[in-house]
Amino acid sequence: MLVEIGHFALVLALLVALVQGTLPLVGASVRNRPLMDMAQSAALLQFGLVVLAFATFMHAHIVSDFSVRNVFENSNTAKPMLYKVTGVWGSHEGSMMLWVLMLTLFGALVATFGRPLPAGLRARTLAIQGLLGFGTLAFIIGTSNPFDRLIPAPLEGRDLNPLLQDPGLAFHPPFLYFGYVGFSITYSFAIAALIERRIGAAWARWVRPWALTAWCGLTVGIAMGSWWAYYVLGWGGWWYWDPVENASFMPWLLGTALLHSAAVVEKRESLQRWTVLLAILTFGMSLIGTFLVRSGVLTSVHAFAVDPTRGVFILVLIGLVIGGGLVLYALRAPGLEAGNPFAPVSREGALVFNNLLLCAGMATVFLGTFYPLFAEVWSGTKLSVGPQYFNATFVPILAPGIVAMVMGPVLAWRRGNLVAALRRLLPAAIGAFAVPAIVYISERGARLPALAGIALASWAMLGVLTDLVDRSGLARQRPSIAWRRLRHLPHGVWGYAIAHFGVGVLIAGIVVSTAWRSERIETMHPRDTIQIAGRTLRFVGVTEGDVANYHAQRAQIIVERHGSAPMTMYPERRWYPVAQSQTTNTAIATNGFGDLYLALGEPDGKGGWVLRSYYNPLVPWIWFGAILTALGGLVSLSERRLRARVARAGAAVAPARPADAG
Amino acid sequence: MIRRLILVAAFLADLTVVAYAVEPSERLADPALEARARALSQELRCLVCQNQSIDESNADLAHDLRVLLRKRLLAGDTDRQVLDYVVARYGQFVLLDPPFEPATYLLWLTPPVLALGTGVLLLIRARRRRPDRLLPPLTEEERARAAPLLGERG
Repeated sequence: MLVEIGHFALVLALLVALVQGTLPLVGASVRNRPLMDMAQSAALLQFGLVVLAFATFMHAHIVSDFSVRNVFENSNTAKPMLYKVTGVWGSHEGSMMLWVLMLTLFGALVATFGRPLPAGLRARTLAIQGLLGFGTLAFIIGTSNPFDRLIPAPLEGRDLNPLLQDPGLAFHPPFLYFGYVGFSITYSFAIAALIERRIGAAWARWVRPWALTAWCGLTVGIAMGSWWAYYVLGWGGWWYWDPVENASFMPWLLGTALLHSAAVVEKRESLQRWTVLLAILTFGMSLIGTFLVRSGVLTSVHAFAVDPTRGVFILVLIGLVIGGGLVLYALRAPGLEAGNPFAPVSREGALVFNNLLLCAGMATVFLGTFYPLFAEVWSGTKLSVGPQYFNATFVPILAPGIVAMVMGPVLAWRRGNLVAALRRLLPAAIGAFAVPAIVYISERGARLPALAGIALASWAMLGVLTDLVDRSGLARQRPSIAWRRLRHLPHGVWGYAIAHFGVGVLIAGIVVSTAWRSERIETMHPRDTIQIAGRTLRFVGVTEGDVANYHAQRAQIIVERHGSAPMTMYPERRWYPVAQSQTTNTAIATNGFGDLYLALGEPDGKGGWVLRSYYNPLVPWIWFGAILTALGGLVSLSERRLRARVARAGAAVAPARPADAG
Repeated sequence: MIRRLILVAAFLADLTVVAYAVEPSERLADPALEARARALSQELRCLVCQNQSIDESNADLAHDLRVLLRKRLLAGDTDRQVLDYVVARYGQFVLLDPPFEPATYLLWLTPPVLALGTGVLLLIRARRRRPDRLLPPLTEEERARAAPLLGERG
């Protein structure tokens, strides 16, 4: 019964989305206020209905109602409760439900907090959001219904893919989708602005916080996914340039460009058209990311042919969203007012430079990801594009961007002075040469790319610190005054500083862990010892036992290091009998500067076990850096909200705007 | 920060990079040959996995390929010959690092063209919007004419 209520709510949400996507648009063009305001109630209602549908679907998973096909296919009574809940979005149907839940959540947020927006812009934005909801709901109901019944109901379910039964992956999709779908709002704003033929001050003030919110979610989502890959796949890699990873990385690259160009729109009223274009493309990439991964077309063209309804629906949806957006852009953008001019060497100039590099980098990732598909469709050639290609193309394109990233914030708006900027950054520049030199002296084997990477990382981190010291005026004032100035810097400045510093930390982690990783793979018997990275690993033995829905083989290893207390690590292998699959549960000991990483391999049948041990120096910095970067976004956002509140108070006093400009 | 980096660098100095085969039983006795085998196996795709090299994969087929390429190396093949041998058996698809050839011209040439294009675009922009056009400075003559006017107002 509950399942039917959920199904019904989903269909109702589809109808509400249709109303939300049409009537307010009509209302905005004939300037009918009640029709326009309908968008808000429709957005809230659509959100409520989707929440209801999602809740009943989740309930079916929690109580293991195997009469629902999706529960049968992805759950099991023995599965721990945490994974019964998070297993809701572990399947295709469930992840689509999560997607539409986020989509309507963002619509409801605009409806709730968008009161200070001009009525026409608000109505149009919500209407576009409604149309996106209509498309997704139609896709779910038409091709991926989560409420499909199985009659008679089976007694036991097939269990969720064990790889997904992991805390890292359980919460990775919600963050990722929050990011993907968050860009739907900037898309809707962009389309609304094109319909209105006007990019007003309200538009500029609104787009940046939404882009930032979505971007923070996406950053955390990608970092979690990479962390998961690191500790689950059992050989210590953390980024594979896998199509699935690239699918989330492409909207991130464009989203990064978008939030920076949106800052220019807001502060300098420049780059409006470019920002609109980026908003359309970023959400386009989010759609391609989610749907093409979901359709399976990236792993094999044949997966597409197995289920053509889904594939064709997806292609049409993506075509309408991106194609429609771009056509509208081509028609309307030339009519938008031109922005304020700026010199090539200026903060805007640096932002444009980085925007273009981010786009070129995105295009490279896109090409590498889809090239095998194109090649197979066009000429029937089957070829692979591996990490070697991405490292050889993407990294050199983005490297100059890191150099510019440090200089942008110290350049003035509109017209900057390159020499003065470099003089201000002199300490960072010295560090960028000195640090790799020190590394080279202590580590003669260091290769040039690794040293160049260390130089970039030092430049990024020291550049931020130099700029902060400069802004505090420490050179001219007493430390107490400088400290007070530093504390009172706007959140926006702190946000930039934390985020850019995080990028430096991230680069350091990537470079050092790649260049100086050590590895030992040996067959171990009880009491055997091996040496790795100055540590002695003593293999005690393996114990076996049944836990929850799996059978575990657990090795005990004692790690000894000169001058510190010994510790015990337990790498594990798990066998999931229902799902018939094997997982590796690695043991990782970290001290913040490096990870000792152990993975238990196969037994050799003669009492020996393969043990893979790695020492990955600075690898935790990859995730520290990513988290700092996302934190920087949140800090900037905290100021925005404050200002939005002030703006709202101001708007209440100011005379009402005309609803529409044309 | 610098101090911390020095610490890290010093800490790194006592690490030595030694490469071992993915399975201990596959390892070759000659370390130089084994290092070549490792490098080669990172360039070959595991055909039954999703986007993994045979170096990372624990699939049986990956194991067979690792053993195969070591046999070829022991027989005295160059790296090129080993790759050609594997490609002849399994097709272009096994190469993770796509070679530069007609089918991949577009793949390899687009990124440099994009990078160059970005540079050209910025140069054109810089020429069109020179700072002096943003706010052209006064010529001597103009300044001379402006001086009395400014003097009168002031």
